[in-house]
Amino acid sequence: MAKAKGAIVVDKARCKGCGVCTTACPTKVIELAAEVNGKGYHYAYMANPDACIGCSNCGIICPDTCITVYRAKAGATA
Amino acid sequence: MRELKLMKGNEAVAEAAIRCGVDGYFGYPITPQSEIMETLMDLRPWESTGMVVLQAESEIASINMVYGGAGCGKRVMTTSSSPGVSLMQEGLTYLAGAELPCVVVNVVRGGPGLGTIQPAQSDYFQTVKGGGHGDYKLITLAPASVQEMADFVEDAFNLAFKYRNPVMILSDGVIGQMMEKVELKEFAPRWTMDYIEENHPWATTGKKKERAKNIITSVQLEASVQEAFNHKLQAKYRAVEENEVLFEEVLCDDAEYIIVAYGSSARICQKSIEIAREKGIKVGMLRPITLYPFPAEQLRKRAEQVKGMLSVEMSAGQMVEDVKLAVECKIPVEHFGRFGGSVHSPGEVVEALEQKLIGG
Amino acid sequence: MSDINTIIKPENLTYKRTEVLSDNDLSYCPGCGHGTVHKLIAEVIEEMDIQDTTIGIAPVGCSVLAYNYLEIDWQQAAHGRAPALATAVKRLMPEKNVFSYQGDGDLAAIGTAETIHACNRGENIVMIFINNGIYGMTGGQMAPTTLPGMPASTCPAGRDVSHDGEPIKISEILAQLPGTCYVTRQSVHTAANVRKTKKALRKAFENQKANKGTSLVEVVSNCNSGWKMTPVKSNEWMEENMFPYYPLGDIKNK
Repeated sequence: MAKAKGAIVVDKARCKGCGVCTTACPTKVIELAAEVNGKGYHYAYMANPDACIGCSNCGIICPDTCITVYRAKAGATA
Repeated sequence: MRELKLMKGNEAVAEAAIRCGVDGYFGYPITPQSEIMETLMDLRPWESTGMVVLQAESEIASINMVYGGAGCGKRVMTTSSSPGVSLMQEGLTYLAGAELPCVVVNVVRGGPGLGTIQPAQSDYFQTVKGGGHGDYKLITLAPASVQEMADFVEDAFNLAFKYRNPVMILSDGVIGQMMEKVELKEFAPRWTMDYIEENHPWATTGKKKERAKNIITSVQLEASVQEAFNHKLQAKYRAVEENEVLFEEVLCDDAEYIIVAYGSSARICQKSIEIAREKGIKVGMLRPITLYPFPAEQLRKRAEQVKGMLSVEMSAGQMVEDVKLAVECKIPVEHFGRFGGSVHSPGEVVEALEQKLIGG
Repeated sequence: MSDINTIIKPENLTYKRTEVLSDNDLSYCPGCGHGTVHKLIAEVIEEMDIQDTTIGIAPVGCSVLAYNYLEIDWQQAAHGRAPALATAVKRLMPEKNVFSYQGDGDLAAIGTAETIHACNRGENIVMIFINNGIYGMTGGQMAPTTLPGMPASTCPAGRDVSHDGEPIKISEILAQLPGTCYVTRQSVHTAANVRKTKKALRKAFENQKANKGTSLVEVVSNCNSGWKMTPVKSNEWMEENMFPYYPLGDIKNK
C-alpha cells in the first residue's frame, strides 16, 4: 500500500460541494461526501487519503478557499 | 490687504479652489462654464499646491472621479452646466447614498434638452428636489455675485465635510460670465494624509493594521438596513435645515410686498425694488442664499406682515412652489420670470408685481 | 489505516487560506470563478505586502459585495464607473495600489467609455476583468461577451449576431491603446491556469509599482447558474466554447 505523502483538511462548513477540487486532484483523492453540511452541500473529503501527494492543486483551485494542504518533508517518515 | 482682481465668475471659482486647498478637479467642457477648467489648466496648480486637474471623457466620468476622490477623504470638485449636470445625476445619488462630501458647481443654462447657452434658473427642481433616484438632498448654495462664486467654494467644502454630503453651487450663466471685482483669500495648504486619516477616519486611504477596513458604498441589500440608513440620512437633513439656512433681506422691515429671488435674478430685482419704491410701492426682497435648506421659516414670518410675495426666477415657476409651501396659503404668492435663456428686466419685474399682486 | 494525522502538522503546511481574505463565506454560487480570483488577488496582496496601501474598486454585478471578502479598503462604484473612481483614487494618492474588479457587463457594456479612456490615459492602475459571457447577478441576460448562438434569458434562442452583433473582444481593443502596458487573458478552471493567473496578477501589480501604465487581466470564467450547468461541466463547456473565441495568453506585454 502506497504511503501518503500529503493530506488535506476541508473546512466542511464552508465547502459548497462544487466538485472542482475532485477534477483538479491528479491522484483522485477527493470525492463529495454522501452526507451534507449545514448549508445542504455534499462537501469534499479525502476518499482515498493514501494517494494524496500534497500537490495543493485542490487548495488553489477551490473558489471558497476551504482546503488546507499539508505535505510531508522529503525523507521524513510518517 | 487681500488681493483684489477683476474676474469672471467662472474664473473666480477656479482661483478660489486652488487657494482654499482643493485636492482635485475633474471636469468636461460645456458652455457657459468652460472657463473654470480652462483657468485651472492655465494656472497649473499641480505645480504649486499639488492639486490634480483632469479633463475627463464625460460628465459621467467626472462625477465618478469625484466619487473616487471623495472616498479618499480628499477635497474634490467638478463643475458643469445643465445638460452635463443631468448626466451627473447618477453619480450624485451615489455620492449622497455613500455619504461622500464633494462640491459641484452648476452654471445653469436654458433647457430642456440641449437648450440654449444663455443663462437660466430652470434647474432648481433638479437640484433641490433630488434629481437622481432615492430619498436624498443636496445642500445648495446660490451665489449672486462673482465674490460669492469665489467665497462659496470654501463654504461649500466646509458644509460638505461637516455633513458628509454633496453640496451644489447653483449658479447661472450671468454670474458665471460677468466680471466683477473679487477679494481673493490667502492660499491655504491642502490637507495632509495624516490630517485626513485623523479627521476623516472613514476614508479609503489604505487599511492600517489597527483599524477595520473602510468601505465606501451605497448598497444595502436588506430592506430593514436600507430603511435605517434612510432614517439616518433624514436626521442629517433635519440638522442641515435646523442649522444652515442662509438668506439676505433687502428693505423687508416696512415692506407690503416681498420679492423672493436668488442668484442673478436677485441682482436684477434689487433694481426693481428701487424703481418700485420710487413709485411709492413698499417692496422688499428676500434672497435665499441656501436653496436647500430653504428659508421657509423666515418667509413664514414675513407672510404675517406682507400682502403678497412674488417669486422672480428665470424659470417657468419652480421656486415659487417652495415659497407657497412656506407661507401656507396665508397670502397670495405669484411667479414671474423670463426663461429659456431670456432674462427679465427690472422694469418687467415691477410691472409683474403691479399686475399680479397690487392691481389684482 | 492512514497516516494523515502524522502529516497534518504545522511544519508540513504547504497551502492555507491567506489572511487577506476575510472570514465571510462568499455569496457566489458553488464553483464560481469569482471566488478563485478573489483568493488570487488576496494572495498577491499578501505576498507583495501591500495590504495597507491597496484600495479596491468593486463594480455592480455579482461581485458588488467583493468588499466583504478582502480585508482592504474598498469603494463600490456605480455600474461601469469603476475605472473613473480608480483614476481619481490613484491620481490623488499615487503612492497607493489601486485596482478595479469588473464583470463583462460592467467593463465592456455600460462602462465602455470609462474603460477605454482610463486605458487610453494610461492610468497607472490594475483592471481585473471577469468575462463569463453573461449577466449573472440579474439572472442570466445576454452580455456584450455572450457567444454567438449561446442562449441567455434575453436571447433564449441563442445570440443572433445579425440582430445583436458579435461578442466584443474588449481586451484586444484595449491592447491597441498606447496607455496599456499589459493585457492578458487567463482562466482559473484548472490548477495550472490558476497558477498562471496569479502570475499575471502579480505582474499587473508590479507594473503599477513601476508606473508602467494600465494593466488589464481578463479572466475567462464560468457562470454555472447562468449557463445552467454543474460547476465541473461549466468548466468543460468553457474550454470547448469560450476559449476558441477568447483565446488565453498575453495579448500585450511591454
